[in-house]
Amino acid sequence: MLKLNKINKYYNEGTVNEICLFKDFNLTVEEGQFVSVVGSNGSGKTSMLNIICGTVPADSGTIYIGKENITHMPEFKRQRHMGRVYQNPAMGTCPHMTILENMALADNKGKRFNLRPGTDKNRRDNYREQLKTLGLGLEDKLHVKAGLLSGGQRQAMALLMAAMTPIRFLILDEHTAALDPKTAQTVMELTDKIVKEKKLTAVMVTHNLRYALEYGDRLLMMHQGTSVMDLSGPKKAAVQIQDLLEKFNAISIECGN
Amino acid sequence: MTLLLGIFEEGLIYALMALGVYITYKILDFPDLSVDSTFPMGAALTASAVLAGIHPVLTLFLSFLAGAAAGCVTGIIHVKLKVRDLLSGIIVMTGLYSLNLRFAGGRANVPVFGRETIFENRFLDNLAPQSLAPYTVVLLLLFITLTCKVLLDLYLNTRSGYLLRAAGDNETLVTSLAKDKGTVKILGLAIANGFAALAGSVYCQHKGFFEISIGTGTIVMGLASVIIGIQVFCPDHRPFLFRLFGRPFGVRPTTAVIAGSVIYKACISAAIAMGLEANDLKLITSVLFLAILATFARQRKKVKGHA
Repeated sequence: MLKLNKINKYYNEGTVNEICLFKDFNLTVEEGQFVSVVGSNGSGKTSMLNIICGTVPADSGTIYIGKENITHMPEFKRQRHMGRVYQNPAMGTCPHMTILENMALADNKGKRFNLRPGTDKNRRDNYREQLKTLGLGLEDKLHVKAGLLSGGQRQAMALLMAAMTPIRFLILDEHTAALDPKTAQTVMELTDKIVKEKKLTAVMVTHNLRYALEYGDRLLMMHQGTSVMDLSGPKKAAVQIQDLLEKFNAISIECGN
Repeated sequence: MTLLLGIFEEGLIYALMALGVYITYKILDFPDLSVDSTFPMGAALTASAVLAGIHPVLTLFLSFLAGAAAGCVTGIIHVKLKVRDLLSGIIVMTGLYSLNLRFAGGRANVPVFGRETIFENRFLDNLAPQSLAPYTVVLLLLFITLTCKVLLDLYLNTRSGYLLRAAGDNETLVTSLAKDKGTVKILGLAIANGFAALAGSVYCQHKGFFEISIGTGTIVMGLASVIIGIQVFCPDHRPFLFRLFGRPFGVRPTTAVIAGSVIYKACISAAIAMGLEANDLKLITSVLFLAILATFARQRKKVKGHA
């Protein structure tokens, strides 16, 4: 379970440009839940992920994983239990290292990075198997540098790497936004498969309303630092794209757009 | 022949330092100026140690450790105190200048002629046959440099080495792997400056003296070696010899850096042979570096134009 409790976050505090993003923001994500988050630009979706991951600190409030208070835990320690895939496919892999080396890096997450061989040869077939499930032919390119792959291939690999070791939370930050429609679909299906197979708790920010509806079991619409729509279970199943668009228009008019 | 040997000897000594610069500049993408002071630090410590009768081989290890400690300081200043990379190096470089004078017993110039060094000792005299005598120094240097190269190659293929490469390649991924990228950077800087100090130690024993100004321009020489080596010999970065052989041709970057160092020293020697004085050395060093940067920058643009 992931819990954000009374989060406050201001940007440019104390200046004329002060922006209050979150005021007493609360969110509880149950174990095994797959939450899709939609919302306009600047509504706080990515900021929320950054606060969860510890990339930016909250001004006040507490964050819990289960019973553990992680509010002051540095970002890299939180990542022990999390996998994160970014919008930019370049963020998830090392461009100058080969596919094999990248896979080995991800495989060693949680282990000690000592003087043992970086790539365990016995694991090579396993990596090949995992890459095969992507259906992108990467299993035959183990010695190709990751930087030479296309955005879609890198993103699929990034997803695989993020979820390779046992994690509890998968954080997806518009991870299909930079991909062409077909690749985006492939990556999205893969995401769903991984989340279901590994029974992960996932938070996915997306601008694709269809994905938000089709995937996940809870839908959150954010606006000016609050959730203006929060549907789960049968209610989410019943909602249509049209309903989402209407709500979107309503909140946009409020803003004066 | 003497000239050629001289080029190889100098090139191999500075190659040790260039291996360190390869770690910071190429792997970590960190312009580390502290090598300008860790190189003479190795020399200062070695001069004092040799005069104090410490075994010359031991001074190599001592120098490496001292350099690594200095590298840690640069890293900690950058990572923990959040000082910009270039400035962290400058702070350590400036501070170490005074410390180096202290290490050398308060003198700016310490000769160690006639003492036992790794190049002049009874063990080596007994081991090497007379016919090899002119080459023992260069062979010994080759041995030391290659050992360091192989060790570095091996290290870069360990888990820790993977993490070091990842830290320079994509910091975000290091965080995603639940590792502190700051610690990795500090480790990289430590190894790099260890190499620089080791080079200083070898330099001191080879030349037979320590001199406080030997460090000036170390980083320029290191960078020049790395850039020449990588651009010329590594097909990944620049397929210079690629077409020549008609098939993928390349060596490991570490080998390329050593070759780059020797080539660089050859260029310097050529400049001096053409009539420039020894006093012009630092000017040649920097002008040559500029020429290298300009040349390879233009080639890169050309490649982009084609693509």
